[in-house]
Amino acid sequence: MAQFLLPKNSVVKKGQTFAAPAGAKKTRTFRIYRYDPDRGDNPRTDTYQVDTAKCGPMVLDALIKIKNESDSTLTFRRSCREGICGSCAMNIDGVNTLACTMPIADVAGTVKVYPLPHLPVVKDLVGDLGDFYAQYAAIKPWLQTRTPPPPDRERLQSREDRAKLDGLYECIMCACCSTACPSYWWNSDRYLGPAALLAARRWIADSRDEAGGERLDDLEDPFRLYRCHTIMNCTRTCPKGLNPAQAIAEIKKDIAARRS
Amino acid sequence: MSLRTPLSRVTGRGSAKTGAGHWWWQRLSALALVPLGLWFAASVVCLAGASHGQFVEWISAPWSALFMILFIAVTAHHAQLGVQVVIEDYVHSEWLKVASLLTMKFAVVLTAAAAVWAVLRMAL
Repeated sequence: MAQFLLPKNSVVKKGQTFAAPAGAKKTRTFRIYRYDPDRGDNPRTDTYQVDTAKCGPMVLDALIKIKNESDSTLTFRRSCREGICGSCAMNIDGVNTLACTMPIADVAGTVKVYPLPHLPVVKDLVGDLGDFYAQYAAIKPWLQTRTPPPPDRERLQSREDRAKLDGLYECIMCACCSTACPSYWWNSDRYLGPAALLAARRWIADSRDEAGGERLDDLEDPFRLYRCHTIMNCTRTCPKGLNPAQAIAEIKKDIAARRS
Repeated sequence: MSLRTPLSRVTGRGSAKTGAGHWWWQRLSALALVPLGLWFAASVVCLAGASHGQFVEWISAPWSALFMILFIAVTAHHAQLGVQVVIEDYVHSEWLKVASLLTMKFAVVLTAAAAVWAVLRMAL
């Protein structure tokens, strides 16, 4: 059966508290999920008091400050700090988003920080995205053609056809959408998830691609595509403002259209 | 322990190349149930307090019997499509999933057949 309760070794315990340094002016409390599989202990939540008067405005700034000044063992992914690499995707205040574009001021009360839901935890806020990336690879995210390219120029695309990729190409594969989807939680072994399906739609919609039929063949499956039950968590949580649910609906419409 | 690569796990047995029919019929049956459901609800309201004789007279009218049989058939089809999705979503043990699906489908067909038989017996 789908697992609705945490197994015993995953039950989250209360951890330690790191107080703010003396003289802190604008203190905010961060409660952060901690887990180290190598230690064999249950996960815990540690509490950190951060002086936001001496910290950047985003949640990622606070995490970096904590790692630099309070607890160097805190583990998380980050890179670009401007919402384009997707590395710092995590669950903040109950919503999957990017720590680097999430203002601390937008969270009321304690800032609760957890890893993306329903992924095996590698350490602390780092989830295992191996299968997520394999799902992306499975939809063959590259241009497939039989017509050779013109010898003297690139493959051309009209402005109208290029506009059809807007809202699809901007995906940064941060995994916020897929890990927010209950269907993906229960069946991520067979359901491709909103991120991979949005990417699939991006190539089906590309006027230069010549493998649209094969792409739809590969997607037409009760689990790969039709596990989407239009729950819309993907669209609600996307930190880039994209609409994976609509992209999935477009794929379903394409498949319906070629049947009659 | 398995040393299969993530891509091998994800691609698995490949695409079933089916599922669109299930999706389409679920929507089509939902659409058909809008007028049929309204008709059924209106009929129940109109027949409130009717005697057995009045009810048999009502169901013996050709349109009543026809719509009732359609309502039963479409509801049963829609229900089995929907419950199939719920079972596939939540039951992950393979034998339990197959057993649940078979039991559910047999139960729906049995119930629908019994209901249609009851209507025909009264109407004819």
